[in-house]
Amino acid sequence: MGSFADQLLVLVMLINFVMLGSSRMALCIRAVAVQGVVLGLLPGLVHPFSWHLAGITCGIILAKGIVIPYLINDAVRKAQIRREIEPFIGYVPTLILGAIFTTLAFVFAEKLPLAPEHRELLFVPASIATLMSGFLILTTRKKAISQVIGYLVLENGIFIFGLLLTEAMPVMVEAGALLDLLVGIFVMGIVINHISREFSSIDTSRLRALKEE
Amino acid sequence: MIDTIIHFSLILLMPPLLLGIIGKTKAAFAGRVGAPFLQPYYDLVKLLQKGSVFSETTTWVFRAGPVVTLAATLVAATLVPLGNHSAPISFTGDMILFAYLFGLSRFFTTAAALDTGSSFEGMGAAREVTFSCLVEPTLFFALISLARMSKSLTLSTMLTYTSPGIWITAGASMLLLVGALFITLLAENCRIPFDDPNTHLELTMIHEVMVLDHSGPAFGYILYGAAMKLFVLGAIFMNIALPARTGSSLGDWGVFVVGMILLAVLIGVVESIMARLRLIRIPQLLIAATILSAFAMLLILR
Repeated sequence: MGSFADQLLVLVMLINFVMLGSSRMALCIRAVAVQGVVLGLLPGLVHPFSWHLAGITCGIILAKGIVIPYLINDAVRKAQIRREIEPFIGYVPTLILGAIFTTLAFVFAEKLPLAPEHRELLFVPASIATLMSGFLILTTRKKAISQVIGYLVLENGIFIFGLLLTEAMPVMVEAGALLDLLVGIFVMGIVINHISREFSSIDTSRLRALKEE
Repeated sequence: MIDTIIHFSLILLMPPLLLGIIGKTKAAFAGRVGAPFLQPYYDLVKLLQKGSVFSETTTWVFRAGPVVTLAATLVAATLVPLGNHSAPISFTGDMILFAYLFGLSRFFTTAAALDTGSSFEGMGAAREVTFSCLVEPTLFFALISLARMSKSLTLSTMLTYTSPGIWITAGASMLLLVGALFITLLAENCRIPFDDPNTHLELTMIHEVMVLDHSGPAFGYILYGAAMKLFVLGAIFMNIALPARTGSSLGDWGVFVVGMILLAVLIGVVESIMARLRLIRIPQLLIAATILSAFAMLLILR
């Protein structure tokens, strides 16, 4: 089963690249939703079946795959943006940076003192690569919504790392993490709406300029 | 011996048929009857019977262009294993020769285009060179991953090493390789998302613009060379994508020919359902292909 989980992790990393390279907001949101669903399937593949596990799987797919993308879509519709026009760093350079970070993640994961049963799997490099991709999206994009997507990807990276511990992690911790995320998205949605209502643009780099004038 | 004869007759005779099949597929999608399958052969015969006109401003470079291109492609075709049969010529490190034979042919095509002194052709040459330097890393990453898997630097061993078993053990990286190689195949052969082989005199085209001044037999060589390039890169692609083995020698040839025909149909379908990309989007897609194959290499090296 481990090798099928590895194929899914490769898919997760490919979705990172899709998000790094595309300017269309709708595509990014759909990609992050697909990534959430894939991540939801993963725990079922690495751990033996239990009702606790089924609950986690359903919860993750519901939250990451349906509720959060729906909320972001709603914010996009209200703020009326379709694409990220001018990121701080262009799309091709971010793609290449993403590729470099992914490579470094693999190199770094080799060096980590992991448990022998985790060493052969792709979980650790995939988690670091996803984390770094989320970080890249978060730092290079100007629009608040792209930054929310970057934050989601970052959280997905942390989640992959946590997958190795699902057995040890009680359901309350899982639920707490998801709830935190949901609240975060709510807050950001409200903030985005406020920014777009007050300043007629959700370009965060202009917030700084406003203060200086 | 028989395998060598079949290899040579296939690389000499089959390439134009692929173009015919692509054309027929596109016609079927458009609801037309389309030109017969053998139309590219008729075109080649017609072109070879014509006379040539050479501009007075051109030098021997312009005349050498098509000949060198065809010759380099022909040599490259002898290095590639077709299906499960290893190539007539193979030695350690022939993958480098293979990659740079295409480099040589590209150099002569662009040099011939620049030799005409036309600004339009110079523009096409600049584009061709720009895009090809993005395609080359993709091809090399793919070849390196194959070399690593088969632990050999010979094209014949590398490409006949693939088997259905590999698809099960290293499925993800094989899928990435196939995706990257398909993009390379379309880009190198100037097929639709990158360039439209049917249009002449349009500002966004790349390859076609460079051969506008060639006529008669020289143009025939160019068309034949382009078809053979499609055939050779297609053979590499099919070796990885469809590593079916029948066990008998003739059966393997049959599988290979059917595979190539399927590939031609696939290219025809892609060309029918996709529009050509805007010129500024092309590098983005090519870099994506490079990242795919680099990623595949990373997974295999691990």
